[in-house]
Amino acid sequence: MIQFQNVTKRFGEFTAIDDLTIGIYEKEFFALLGPSGCGKTTMMRMLAGFESPTEGAIYLAGQDMAPVPPNKRATNMMFQSYALFPHLSIWENIAFGLKREAMPKHDIRDRVDEMLRLTRLEKFASRKPHQISGGQRQRVALARSLAKHPKLLLLDEPLGALDKKLRQDTQFELMDIQEKTGTTFVIVTHDQEEAMTVASRVAVMDHGKIIQVSTPDRIYETPNSVYVADFIGEVNIIDGVATPNGPESYALTWQDGQAPLNVTSPHTFSDGQKAHLAIRPEKVTINAEKPTGVDNLVQGKILDIAYLGNISTYHVELPSGAVIKAQSANTRRISRRAFTWEDTVWLSWTATAGVLLAE
Amino acid sequence: MRRMSWFNTVSLTLGFAFLYVPMLILVIYSFNESKLVTVWAGFSTKWYGELLQNEAFLNAAWVTLKVAVMSSTIATVLGTMAAYVLVRGGRFMGRTLFSGMIYAPLVMPEVITGLSLLLLFIGIGLDRGVMTIVLAHTTFSMCYVSVVVSSRLVTFDKSLEEAALDLGCSPSEAFRLVTLPIIAPAVISGWLLAFTLSLDDLVIASFTSGPAATTLPIKIYSAVRLGVSPEINALSTLMIAIVTLGVITASLVNKRQMVRQKRDAQAAERG
Amino acid sequence: MMRRFFLISVPYVWLLALFLVPFVIVLKISLSDVELARPPYTPHFDWATGVWAFLSELDFENFTWLAEDDLYWKAYLSSFKIALISTLLTLLVGYPMAYAMARAPSEWRATLMMLVILPFWTSFLIRVYAWMGILSNEGFLNQFLMWTGVISEPLTILNTNTAVYIGIVYTYLPFMILPIYAALERLDESLIEAAEDLGCSRLSAFWLVTIPLSKTGIIAGSFLVFIPVLGEFVIPSLLGGSDTLMIGKVLWEEFFSNRDWPVASAVAVVLLLLLIIPIVLFQRNQQKQQEAEQ
Repeated sequence: MIQFQNVTKRFGEFTAIDDLTIGIYEKEFFALLGPSGCGKTTMMRMLAGFESPTEGAIYLAGQDMAPVPPNKRATNMMFQSYALFPHLSIWENIAFGLKREAMPKHDIRDRVDEMLRLTRLEKFASRKPHQISGGQRQRVALARSLAKHPKLLLLDEPLGALDKKLRQDTQFELMDIQEKTGTTFVIVTHDQEEAMTVASRVAVMDHGKIIQVSTPDRIYETPNSVYVADFIGEVNIIDGVATPNGPESYALTWQDGQAPLNVTSPHTFSDGQKAHLAIRPEKVTINAEKPTGVDNLVQGKILDIAYLGNISTYHVELPSGAVIKAQSANTRRISRRAFTWEDTVWLSWTATAGVLLAE
Repeated sequence: MRRMSWFNTVSLTLGFAFLYVPMLILVIYSFNESKLVTVWAGFSTKWYGELLQNEAFLNAAWVTLKVAVMSSTIATVLGTMAAYVLVRGGRFMGRTLFSGMIYAPLVMPEVITGLSLLLLFIGIGLDRGVMTIVLAHTTFSMCYVSVVVSSRLVTFDKSLEEAALDLGCSPSEAFRLVTLPIIAPAVISGWLLAFTLSLDDLVIASFTSGPAATTLPIKIYSAVRLGVSPEINALSTLMIAIVTLGVITASLVNKRQMVRQKRDAQAAERG
Repeated sequence: MMRRFFLISVPYVWLLALFLVPFVIVLKISLSDVELARPPYTPHFDWATGVWAFLSELDFENFTWLAEDDLYWKAYLSSFKIALISTLLTLLVGYPMAYAMARAPSEWRATLMMLVILPFWTSFLIRVYAWMGILSNEGFLNQFLMWTGVISEPLTILNTNTAVYIGIVYTYLPFMILPIYAALERLDESLIEAAEDLGCSRLSAFWLVTIPLSKTGIIAGSFLVFIPVLGEFVIPSLLGGSDTLMIGKVLWEEFFSNRDWPVASAVAVVLLLLLIIPIVLFQRNQQKQQEAEQ
C-alpha cells in the first residue's frame, strides 16, 4: 500500500535517510526499529507530511504523496508527547479531526462515543487532558488519531512515556485495536521487545538505511547481519574462518587449541572466508558432566551468574579467555541450583543452533 | 520551616517600607482637608469631588483611555504576529534587522523615540492628535508584546500544531483553534502590559500629541511642575487603587488556577 | 506562502515606517541648519534636486557645536555619572532585598515577588511625584527629622542631585531586584553548606560562592537600570534642580523651549551612540546566560 522509492532526506549536511526503498502492505502492523538518530522518526514524519523527501518519492495507494499537505492526507499520527490539546476536553479532542471534515453533528457524536468505548474512556469524556493519568492520555491520543478512519496510522514511540507494566498491557491492547479496526499501523520504536511483541513485520534501521525487514521470529532466529543479531536480544558472536565440509555444512576454525565448530548454513561460504557465528544464549546448553553425541562442545569455568528469576545467564570463560553466555530456565527452586561460581562446566549446541554470517 | 535571619528580616522590612511608604503618604494626604498638602487638617473627600468637577482632567482621562485601548489592541495583534514570525518564521530576508527593530525600542530612551516620531509626523504632514499618539504607542508597545508572547511560544510544544494539521486543519485553522487558545494567557498579559505602558507614558505622548489631544500624564506633569497639589494626590490615589485591585485580582485568579491544576494532576495520578 | 508573506510583512513594514525611517530623519535633521520657519530646519530633502545636492548641503556644524559648547559635554558626563552612581546605589539597596527574598520561606516568595512588581504597574509619574511631597523643605522628611531633633533647620533636598538619586533608586529598584532574585533563587543552598564544610566562614562563603554565582543577575540588573537612566527625563525634571544636568532633559529643552530641532537631533544621535556600548554588553551578558542555561 505504501511504497518508498529511493527516498533520501538530508538536513543540511546530515543525511537522515539514505536512498531507501521499502513497501508496507495493507492491514499490517509494521515496526520501524532502531537506535535514536537512525532516521526512523524522519521516515514517519515524511509519511505524515511534516517533512518531504529530498530525493525519491513516496506512494500511498499508487499516488505520489509529495504535493499533498498533512491536513489532506489519509494518514493520522499519534505523537510521542501525545500532543493532546490542553484547552479541550477528552471528548472535544477526539472530535477535533471529525469536525474538520464537516461531518453531521450526530455522526460525530456516534463516532466519538464509539472511540471512547473502544479505548474504555467513557467515564472521562468531559475531563481535560491534565485531569487524567498517563495511560489514559495515551488511549485518548490513540482514539483521536483513529477517529477519522485513517488508511494508515502512524505511532511515534507510543508507549515511551509509560512504565513497564502498563506498557506490556498496552501493547496487547494496541494489537487488539489494530485487529478490530483493520487499519495499517506503522510504529516507530527503539525498544526491540516492543517491536517484536506488537508488529507483524519489523524493519531494523541504522544510519538512515534499512538493514533487515522480516517477521519478528525470522529477525530473531535468522538475522542477516551482525548488527541485527546484536541489536535484537542477547547473542554470542564467535569470529572464525569457514571451511566447507559437506552440503550446506561448514567447519569454523575459531580459537587456537579448540576443535573447529560444526555449523550449517544455507548461504555459501568459500574456503577460508572469514565468518561470524551468532548464537543465542538460550540455545547453548550447560552441563556439569561431559555430554555425548553433540555437534559442538567446549569446556570452561563459570565467571558470573545473572539471576533473572525465570532464567539465569551464565558467563562461561573458556581456557583461551573468550566468554560465552549460556542461558537455562530455572525450573527448580533456587536452593537446588546446580552451578555456582568457579564451577567447571561443559557447553554444547547443535550445528543448526547458530547463524553463520559473512563479514 | 527555616527562620529568617535578623539581617534578612531587616533588609526586607526597610526595603518594602522604602517602596511603599511614599505611596502610603500620598494616599493618606489625598483625604486631607487642607490645601497645604503637608499639613494635616482633618479628614475630607472634597478633593475627589473637585477632581470629578475638573473637565480638563476628565477629558484628558478619556483621551488617555481611548489611546490606551486602541494602541494596546493594535500592538497585541502586531506583536503576536511579530513573535510568531521570530519564533516560527524560519529564515527570511532581513531577519536580523527585524529582530533588531523588535528589541531596540525596549532599550531606546523615550526622548529619542518621541523626537524621531514627531519629526516623521511633521515630515509627512500628519496632524498631531489622538491618531499620532496611538501610532507612537503602538510602535513601542508592540515590541513589549512580542517579547512576552515569543517567550511563551518558545516553550510551546510544536507537535500540538502538527497534530492539528494531521487531523485536517489548514495552517490558519491550526493557529486559531489550537495555538491561539493555548498562548492566550501570554497574549492577554501582553495586552495588559501595552495598556499600562500607554496609560503611563508621558514623554512620547508629549512629543506626539497636538493641542487637541492632551493625555492624563501630560496634564499631571504640567500640574505637578508647579508643585504638590491635593487634587493630584486624589487622582494618584484613584490610579493606585485601580492598579492594586487589578494586580491582586489577577494574581488570585492565577493562584486558584494553579492550585486547581495541581489538585487535578494529583487526582489523576491516583486514577 | 501568501500567509507567511503577510505575517512577516505587516509588522515588518510597520516597524520600518515608524521606527527605522524616523531615525533616518533624526540623523538627517541633525545634519541640517536651524531656520526660523516651519519646519524649523533646512535643507529639506527633495528628490528633484537629487541626493548629491542634498548631501553637499549637509554639515556637521551641530556636532561641532555640541563638542565646543561645554553645556553638552557636561550634560553627557553628568548623565553618565548620575547613571553610574544611581546604578550602584540601586544595587546596594536591591541586593540585600533580593537575597532576603530568595532565602525567605517558599510560601512567602510569591507574595514578596508581587510586592516588588506591584509598584512597576503603578504610574511612573505618580511614583516620582510622591517624593516631591516628601523631600520638599516643608515636606514629610524634614518634618520628621525636625520632630526627632536630628536637625533644627530644614534640609534642602528637593531640586538637588540627591533627590534625583533617591527618585532613580526608588523607581528602578524592581528592575534590579528581579534578575538578582532569579539568579539567587536558582542557587543551590548545599553549595554554601559545602563551602562552610570546607572551612569558609559565612562571610567568605558569601563572597566566594553566592556573589560569583549571582553575577549574571547583578550584571543584568545593573544594565536594566543604567541604560534607561542615561536618557531619563521625568526624574531630573521633577526632582532635580536647575543645576541637574541630564541629557534627556537637555534634549527636551532644546526641542520644546529653544525650538532648535537640528541641535536636539544631534543630541539624540550622540546619546544613541553612547548607549550602543552598554546595550551590546548587556546583550552579550544575556546570551551567555542563555547558553549557560541550555
